[in-house]
Amino acid sequence: MEKRLNGKRISKASLNGFVNYGIVIAAFALIQILLAVQKPLGVTLVSNIMQSLLVPACCYIVMAVSLNLTVGILGELSLGHAGFMSLGAFSGVVASFLLAEAIPFAPLRLALSMAVGAVFGAAGGVIVGVPVLRLQGDYLAIVTLAFGQIIKNIIMVLYVGVDGEGFHMALSSERFHLAEEGTAIIKGPMGAVGVQKLASFTAGFVLILITLLVVQNLVNSRSGRAIMALRDNRIAAESVGINVTKYKLMAFVTSAALAGAAGALFGLNYSSTVASKFDFNSSILVLVFVVLGGLGSIRGSIIAAAVLYVLPELLRQFNISDYRMLIYAIILILVMLVTNNDQLKTLAGRIIPKRKGAASHG
Amino acid sequence: MSFLNNAITGVSLGSIYAIIALGYTMVYGIAKMLNFAHGDVIMVGAYVCFFAMGNFNLPPAVGVVLAVVVCTVLGMVIERLAYKPLRAAPSLAVLITAIGVSYFLQNSAQLLWGAATKVFTPIVSGSLALVPGQLSISYVAILSVACCVVVMVGLTLFTGQTKLGKAMRACSEDKGAAQLMGIDVNATISMTFAIGSALAALAGVLMCSAYPVLSPTTGSLPGIKAFTAAVFGGIGSIPGALLGGVLLGVIETFANAYISTELSDAVVFAVLIVVLLVRPAGLMGKYVPEKV
Amino acid sequence: MADKKQFPKGKMVPVPSVSIIPERDVDKTPILECSHLGIDFGGLTAVNEFNITVGRTEIAGLIGPNGAGKTTVFNLLTKVYQPTRGTILLDGLDTHGKTPAQINRMGIARTFQNIRLFSSLSVEDNVKIGLHNQEKYSMFSGILRLPKYWRQEKAAHERALELLSIFNMEDLAGHQAGSLPYGAQRRLEIVRALATNPSLLLLDEPAAGMNPSETAELMENIVKIRDTFQIAVMLIEHDMNLVMGICEGICVLNFGQIIAKGTAEQIQSNPTVIEAYLGKQREGGGA
Repeated sequence: MEKRLNGKRISKASLNGFVNYGIVIAAFALIQILLAVQKPLGVTLVSNIMQSLLVPACCYIVMAVSLNLTVGILGELSLGHAGFMSLGAFSGVVASFLLAEAIPFAPLRLALSMAVGAVFGAAGGVIVGVPVLRLQGDYLAIVTLAFGQIIKNIIMVLYVGVDGEGFHMALSSERFHLAEEGTAIIKGPMGAVGVQKLASFTAGFVLILITLLVVQNLVNSRSGRAIMALRDNRIAAESVGINVTKYKLMAFVTSAALAGAAGALFGLNYSSTVASKFDFNSSILVLVFVVLGGLGSIRGSIIAAAVLYVLPELLRQFNISDYRMLIYAIILILVMLVTNNDQLKTLAGRIIPKRKGAASHG
Repeated sequence: MSFLNNAITGVSLGSIYAIIALGYTMVYGIAKMLNFAHGDVIMVGAYVCFFAMGNFNLPPAVGVVLAVVVCTVLGMVIERLAYKPLRAAPSLAVLITAIGVSYFLQNSAQLLWGAATKVFTPIVSGSLALVPGQLSISYVAILSVACCVVVMVGLTLFTGQTKLGKAMRACSEDKGAAQLMGIDVNATISMTFAIGSALAALAGVLMCSAYPVLSPTTGSLPGIKAFTAAVFGGIGSIPGALLGGVLLGVIETFANAYISTELSDAVVFAVLIVVLLVRPAGLMGKYVPEKV
Repeated sequence: MADKKQFPKGKMVPVPSVSIIPERDVDKTPILECSHLGIDFGGLTAVNEFNITVGRTEIAGLIGPNGAGKTTVFNLLTKVYQPTRGTILLDGLDTHGKTPAQINRMGIARTFQNIRLFSSLSVEDNVKIGLHNQEKYSMFSGILRLPKYWRQEKAAHERALELLSIFNMEDLAGHQAGSLPYGAQRRLEIVRALATNPSLLLLDEPAAGMNPSETAELMENIVKIRDTFQIAVMLIEHDMNLVMGICEGICVLNFGQIIAKGTAEQIQSNPTVIEAYLGKQREGGGA
């Protein structure tokens, strides 16, 4: 990562950004072409499982890139990113339901629902961020973890519905009084039910592009430099007049808003969604994408999220499915060991030929 | 009476959290890492005891000892294979590795022992009736509190009085300086993991005796909660872990009884957030500002 | 490597005397006024009764033995620590209750004894971060790349190179700050502080780790900075040649107390100062 920061960084940064757009657009185009030609050709190029993974993969790419903003660029560990996704998912589902009559045009309704998801994600980001960002390091991590758990627990007992009298919301089934003809949108532990599936691969693609635009342009602006300054040296950043809270919050809330939008897309991809889908483990999953992709590396996050989300799901088809997660765990440990231990790194370097002159750059 | 009953349940649950949190806090103090696999060591300990008692009909005491021995070895092996090579690595890399180890333990358990929930036979059963029909203390609760007190006193004496304990404290202050003073840092860290894992095994057996369900993911939530307890009390501090654990257990039990069963965890975590906002280093932690 | 050209061309006289500083009019109207400034850490009084006035374009030196509380004074001035007692007026304005960031915006910029650069970022970005509060476009202009963004980024780029040219560091603009040699890192810290457009520049041991010729060049540059930017400079330094050479006013600190104030000559001949540095002469040394 450091190497990439060397040399002519300015031009490299924007070049890197364009390459990232290019990769995403090319991947989207390739998949669309494969999908278009497989019927006329009569062959399966993109399996059904693969197709069902396209939208969630887009969501997780957005999750990874947005978490990278907090972990890689702001330098604060967050273990509750899925909490923001959860907020976005359930608020997005409710918004989509409420807007169903007003806006029959599905793509517009999807876009608005995602915007609502982003707003709720951002609001969650502010609520956690304002008090919490004065904590540092592992303490911030544990609070974000706690926040994720709180969100999950609250949504597990949340009931939302609409009937003739209007909108109903309650935190327990006893207090939830919905008329007979009314419709429940979120039913506590059962989560969101009867969701109209609005999500599409194209929407996911557009969301990734928006995420890239936001994160990459933010990083290469005055605000992004302030955020990275806080990561590198908080005391020095303060000494040159940078408002610590403002910029920490900016990064944190932007990251939460993007996660909220991704959540809305995710929620609208399934006919039902439960809160436990967005638990600690899924926060960790996204963190693994970010770390394996490389802290601060947007491209790394995109690739790691795409590969690591799709691969374990594809492994389900094979008869090693029992060992799937075990293999995943072992690979995870080995990758961390090999990439972070000098002896193992050289050992691996001897076995796998290194990419062009790694150490030559001064 | 229900208040007293809840208080008793809370303290005994809290004692179990405290035992786990002690392990967490010691490992954190010395290795400066969040060992997310700690919770899964609890699960392994419980399984070992379960099979020792169930399949081999060994007496409970032997089961407990066996669990402690197996987990001690397991803790040391994990440290040696997964964490030691990363001593100089960034803390996030170590964290992810710990998560990998956690997945590994959970999935190995699932493959070895199946995903189905097992019903754990408590190592002691029955209860002591204080006010017949109204107030009673289960023997497991008494045992948990007793174990917690013994562990706490033992650890305090150990870290304060013994040579190894002092080496441990030295390492947690400054590994480089400790090494220059002739302390074998690697052995000390390994020792810390051994103690932490032994405590986890003990806690696992106690926890499954109090709440007799056992599955490969049994350890994860208590692990997270014990971690919370450790942070609550001030991570790195032994009395802090005790205080944090007991408070957490009590708050959880009362929230469960008087607020809402589903929201008890949310209440626990909300209290944690409030505590950290008021005391950023936990109840008994020291806040060390960065030197300019 | 790139550091080689930092050596002065032909000027190998390492120890200039006071006389080489040209006669000039130093604006002595105060920019900084400290009165009764003090801080306690627990029961320990680290700094006490610190009274000092620094003129608008004065170069002031703060010297004293190790542990005398010099850096603590800087930390008080920049509000890294909030003072227990006393007031600090900057250009007549009370700085009470301000945060370090607000202090910087009021006009105090500083460097650090242990270098604190944004080491993973480029040299240019380090300076641009110093320019942060002079760029005015919002987060949204940045994300949407509105014309404002391009205009101000261009201006910032030019300004950053201009500031780097003070120390002939324009060529290093694209390098990673953390990979620079030690001396260049110290100079970059000064440039970054200057970028915030201060009226008072605090330098914490700017010559530490520099060789005599580098120090000589630094001295020239400090004077040049004061002359071009018309700002006050206050510096902590152990290199007496530097302090005596360029400081118009010197303040000596020992055990958190000011033991002497005056010009270089006055300080050099002050018996209390000599005693603080060398120990008592007549009664057989310290202890």
